[in-house]
Amino acid sequence: MKRMTMINFMKGSVMKIHRLSRAYRCLSAEGGVRVFSSASGPRVCVVGGGPAGFYTAQQLLKARQDAIVDIYERLPVPFGLVRFGVAPDHPEVKNVINTFTQTAQHERCSFYGNVNVGKDVTIEELRRAYHAVVLSYGAEGNRSMKIPGEDLSGVFSAKDFVGWYNGLPSNKELCPDLSSETAVILGQGNVALDVARILLSPVDMLKETDITQNSLAVLAGSNVRRVLVVGRRGPLQIACTIKEVREMVNLPNTGADMLPSDFEGIAEALKDLPRPRKRLTELMMKAVKEGRDDKDQKCWGFRFFRSPVEVIAGADGRTATGIRLALNKLEGSGEGTRAVPTGQLEDLECGLIISSIGYKSFPIDPTVPFDPRRAIVPNAMGRVQDTTGLYCSGWVKRGPTGVIATTMNDSFDTARVLVQDMEAGEVDLSVNKPGAQAITALLRTRGVRTVLFPQWEKINAEEEKRGKSLGKPREKLLDVDEMLKIAWS
Amino acid sequence: MASRMCVQVLARSSLALVCHPGSTRPHLRFLHTAPKLCSQSQQNGSSDSKVLVHFVNQSGVKSSVFVTEGESLLDVVIKKNLDISGFGACEGTLACSTCHLIFEESVYDKLEPIVDEETDMLDLAYGLTKTSRLGCQVTVEHWMDGMTVRVPHEINDQRGKQEAVSSK
Repeated sequence: MKRMTMINFMKGSVMKIHRLSRAYRCLSAEGGVRVFSSASGPRVCVVGGGPAGFYTAQQLLKARQDAIVDIYERLPVPFGLVRFGVAPDHPEVKNVINTFTQTAQHERCSFYGNVNVGKDVTIEELRRAYHAVVLSYGAEGNRSMKIPGEDLSGVFSAKDFVGWYNGLPSNKELCPDLSSETAVILGQGNVALDVARILLSPVDMLKETDITQNSLAVLAGSNVRRVLVVGRRGPLQIACTIKEVREMVNLPNTGADMLPSDFEGIAEALKDLPRPRKRLTELMMKAVKEGRDDKDQKCWGFRFFRSPVEVIAGADGRTATGIRLALNKLEGSGEGTRAVPTGQLEDLECGLIISSIGYKSFPIDPTVPFDPRRAIVPNAMGRVQDTTGLYCSGWVKRGPTGVIATTMNDSFDTARVLVQDMEAGEVDLSVNKPGAQAITALLRTRGVRTVLFPQWEKINAEEEKRGKSLGKPREKLLDVDEMLKIAWS
Repeated sequence: MASRMCVQVLARSSLALVCHPGSTRPHLRFLHTAPKLCSQSQQNGSSDSKVLVHFVNQSGVKSSVFVTEGESLLDVVIKKNLDISGFGACEGTLACSTCHLIFEESVYDKLEPIVDEETDMLDLAYGLTKTSRLGCQVTVEHWMDGMTVRVPHEINDQRGKQEAVSSK
């Protein structure tokens, strides 16, 4: 009850804040001196319209009152993983969209959607047109498990599964078979728990979110009753954060199905842990102790000290019916703790397997340095190695980990470094650069038509309209052609 | 008594002018509100009484503002347009840790008890201290008059960066 009151109170204050920040925008627009494309103003190009791109742009616009920032995005729609990654039942996290929208509407910022950098326009062309280019294009790939059977029907990457329920156009046909009672998720990060939670949440809770109607229909017919979340190391090395575990613990009609043996010796280790790790471990131990109620129709649980070795195929040879796991023991201590196989194997019967062992960045252009081992653009504090005027932020900079605040801070850091370099003359501002004018002209000759922010707002309005009739905040458009049609209508 | 308070308030309002030069807010408004404050009784803690709060941002720059009781510290930062980068990304819904503030110990001890969900988020915050709270969860009360809250310092990135405790 107290929580509900608090949430209502928070909703009220959120609206208040929103109104206020708008008022300030108007005020500064009227009172401030508008900076038009002055001859000397630095022009910066940001590649990727996700959180890293928007936070980098935000800080650049703030730190340099004369900077002009253009954000290029492959899809017609902005916000990247805030739209396509953040779970539909986490609308609070999506509030960052309000700030991103203010950035996009800033008089010195422009958004160009539907531009595939690396294909429609090269990084070299962008570098010629701008004083500086910031790569913020994220991590669109996923790490593969590299085990036999990974391609069997019933095995999905978490990236695709999340893209499917979040309306990512390239995943709209995924249509996972949810007829099996047990689902196994490999990996124990926050994405793994998002997937577990979506699989186990009552459909009545999900139907009020912005989850797509077609995935909602599939989830409504789901037989999945048990979700096991497998990790190669132990409870003290788990990668998820406590909020996500608490949400699992609080799922209605769902109990915890854990192995007490996975927690042997953990109680003794508790006292030496830093507070965040200690609280997370205590919460897991509480879940182990409470276990499963007779009333619970569903269950979830962690399985520790296990690595996947093979997906087991059914009689047809095409469909997954289980997964073979190798049991591990731990060696070493602290961050260097490694999982070493004991030689014992264990089979788990399951018809749905989701691999959630991490996202992965791809190289964008042969002219840009790329570290294939770490799958990042090699950089020092956001300055791309062996280049001038080229920067990076977000997941291409430091790898695909962390919460939104991590990306925010790291993007602010890159922007600060870039501004420092401008002030120190490392980035040459003495020459005029044509910026978007040259790039949009080039794109026109190549038959590429952009989606500007006001055109995205048409898509947004359409999605909100469709959502309203379903009692949801929005119903996402799943088809790029349809998005474009509405944007350009 | 009343006149002493008036002097006090005026003296404090001059502090408000020592705000960050980059801030766009018209600070002169403090001068307009100060005389009005003088005419009010400050003793019954009425809802529209003003409380002085000092904010120290990431760069160590101090802003001093008079705020209304009952507002959260996040509300204050937004309303007063204080120069704190990225403050309140989730807009006060306990879904991030970007409104992390560090309190003086004597103030911290008197704050309303913390809920688990707030501690969950604080555990992901940069520069967590024993007297850290989320600004969105702390409501300004009369007894807080004169307190200083600090935003954790920017990470000195010369020697590489610490990740948020969160992800690993």
